[in-house]
Amino acid sequence: MSNKKTTKNQSLLEIKDLKIEGFSDEFWHPIIKGINVKLQRGEVMGLIGESGAGKSTLGLAAMGYTQPGCRITGGSISFDGQELIGMPEHKKRKLWGTRITYVAQSAAASFNPAHRLINQATAAKIRAKISDEKSAKEDARELFKTLQLPEHNTIGDRYPHQVSGGQLQRVMTAMAMSPRPDLIIFDEPTTALDVTTQVEVLAAMKDIVKEFNTAAIYITHDLAVVAQMADFIKVLRYGEEVEQANTRIMLDTPEKEYTKSLWSVRSINKKEEKSDDIVLSLKNIDASYGGGIKVLDDVSINVSRGKTLAVVGESGSGKSTAARVITGLLPQQNGQILFNNIELPKTLRGRSKDQKRQIQMIYQMADTAMNPKQTVGEIIGRPLEFYLNLNANEKEKRTIELLELIELDETFIDRLPSELSGGQKQRICIARAIAADPEVIICDEVTSALDQIVQEGILKLLMKLQKELGITYIFITHDISTVKAISDEVVVMFQGKVVEQGLKSQIFSPPHPKYTELLLSSVPEMDPDWLSNLISSRN
Amino acid sequence: MSNKPNTYSAVAEVAYKRVRRSRLQRVKLGLSKAPPTAWFGMIVIFLYIFCALFAPLLAPYGEAEIFPEPFAPWSSEFIFGTDQIGRDILSRMIYGARNTVSIAVATTALAFLIGGSLGLAAAINMSWLDQFLSRLVDVLMAIPSLIFALVLLSIFGSTVTNLILIIAVLDSTRVFRLTRAVSLNVVVMDYVEAARLRGEGLGWIMRREILPNILPPLIAEFGLRFCFVFLTIAALSFLGVGIQPPTADWGSMVRENASLIMFAQYDLKAGLTPLLPAAAIALLTVAVNFVVDWFLHKTSGLRDEQ
Repeated sequence: MSNKKTTKNQSLLEIKDLKIEGFSDEFWHPIIKGINVKLQRGEVMGLIGESGAGKSTLGLAAMGYTQPGCRITGGSISFDGQELIGMPEHKKRKLWGTRITYVAQSAAASFNPAHRLINQATAAKIRAKISDEKSAKEDARELFKTLQLPEHNTIGDRYPHQVSGGQLQRVMTAMAMSPRPDLIIFDEPTTALDVTTQVEVLAAMKDIVKEFNTAAIYITHDLAVVAQMADFIKVLRYGEEVEQANTRIMLDTPEKEYTKSLWSVRSINKKEEKSDDIVLSLKNIDASYGGGIKVLDDVSINVSRGKTLAVVGESGSGKSTAARVITGLLPQQNGQILFNNIELPKTLRGRSKDQKRQIQMIYQMADTAMNPKQTVGEIIGRPLEFYLNLNANEKEKRTIELLELIELDETFIDRLPSELSGGQKQRICIARAIAADPEVIICDEVTSALDQIVQEGILKLLMKLQKELGITYIFITHDISTVKAISDEVVVMFQGKVVEQGLKSQIFSPPHPKYTELLLSSVPEMDPDWLSNLISSRN
Repeated sequence: MSNKPNTYSAVAEVAYKRVRRSRLQRVKLGLSKAPPTAWFGMIVIFLYIFCALFAPLLAPYGEAEIFPEPFAPWSSEFIFGTDQIGRDILSRMIYGARNTVSIAVATTALAFLIGGSLGLAAAINMSWLDQFLSRLVDVLMAIPSLIFALVLLSIFGSTVTNLILIIAVLDSTRVFRLTRAVSLNVVVMDYVEAARLRGEGLGWIMRREILPNILPPLIAEFGLRFCFVFLTIAALSFLGVGIQPPTADWGSMVRENASLIMFAQYDLKAGLTPLLPAAAIALLTVAVNFVVDWFLHKTSGLRDEQ
């Protein structure tokens, strides 16, 4: 197998004063500004920071690779004593996929849909002639078993679309492990997964890294996750190292202000308030797509005026479908929706303009929720003109007020969505929703695509707006820490049914129904021992 | 980057703002980077338009002015000779630019109006309307369009209006399919759903939400479709059911003078005469294609400022 010549004193990976530039707007801009990394065999380094900090660029650079449009301008990357910068492509390709492997964020987008999983998982190994096809597949099945994939002997014969997202992510980890590499780079491997699945994938990755004494770089923006995985953590910002320390030290006593601010994100905690003033109520709703399986089964939910109701559950639990029924996009088959004690017509067409105005929606992906050809002024201005019949002057004045309300300013009015950052985009979507002066806003996973520090900003903004304008939120999410932060009441959904509804304090204090228990215990905590304790307690 | 604040602020989030340029500046920038083929195409198209607009001033004789000598050879009096009843070929070619090109432009525009709006409506509606229109288009496309056009023109008569209407309807089927296909990618976007939730009407969603996002492929298709329409009209004229005499038209000019090609062994110039209008058609088609190619290349890239 691979020639492990490393002596004990030599690091497996040593990056010295690395500088990388990216090309945009006809200039080269620095992305990485002189970073040092030292990684020993068997060590896991956690790399955290917000988007644009250069985490992924650094992760790829550890393989000696840069994305198109980027160039390495200085420093050295030495892997097991070999310099990767300037190494010819064919030599690097011998390392890639065999001694250094990579696990991408979106497994679904990284697999070739036309090939069976096991063929893709063993391809690199067979190509590098590490072993023949038969033993490679044998080994892959063993790895599938270690990663606790169901039917590990036959799952490899399936195609990517025949397994779930969490399973696919584990197959990808198996693919990365199969040549027994010296270094694995994990680039946000669990970000797209439900919490209950995330726990399994994390546990599997942790075991396998330990078992084979593999070094790893774990890139994420989720601190609780990195706390489980890493031996030491490096914090990046604007392409520079903020600080680096052993995981436990880093979690307990971060030195720099910036790191402290990252750590404090999870500290928002809204005081719950009880209210009996029901603004919207769903009564015994059944709904399905095309008359097939019931996606909502006898769902009854009450929403209190001026409060935040969080709807939690994993993907497929029917929480987004509930939103579609409330907005009228998907007419329910049975049951009724009361808004201010008046029944809402089932279809969007049947509802009056004012009924439409009263319920607004904010989407998960702000990118696709705004027309790329319209400016911010047009996006926010349209509901003002459409619902409130403002003339051009009033519209512009109100648009600027709204921009200030969401903590941006009037310079943004002529920007296109492509000229905004992720957090700014979501703020514009919020402004568009409040421009209609609605009673209820449905927030569908509005923070899940954002970095933690930006998430915190958005959540604070939403809470501020609720205080000032008395808006009611229906907050759909799978992120329990967000729920803890901002909700008054919580609804837990599972497979189209409501498991329980109640005040936040009731839901989060035992005893729990079985599903709620599983969901709550799967939320990572900022404690390096949390995962090991959880796994041993579940077994 | 010392101006970056240490605490979080929404305004300071990193986002890349493009340089603001006026439309004129953008056009200038685009033209300065156009390849030679595109320049060639644009110059040729410009010359054709110029000819079409100023035909009466440019042409030495009238469109239907008849001279005593039919099939006159090339001379200083009649630069490209005269046709079978003694009309000046050069004059008729210049007038032909006016007739053929304007009819082709009108037909293409009409085809896009019909096919584009129905395609958008079908993509947004996605129910019975989509089914109905799509199947209707399938039926229309199953019949060879040239033969279908011939039949319809024989039934309704070969007037210019009929010609435009019939070819426009037949060609709108392809525009319909393209528009529907590209719109389907946009219709599923959240911003279209947001507009629907707001209660916007079909017209707004079509014009403001979807159309701006599918414009580049449609403009490119307009250029290509124009070429096809142009060729269809020329073919129909050549077959005798297109533009009717005495209106000058390149397609019918080829037919009327086709017999001259047999004299090429005696007089090369006479043999070339019927090829001149054909060459005019070919040149314009090539020129339009060059420009379309450049446009497609420009818009297919994601970066428009480099």
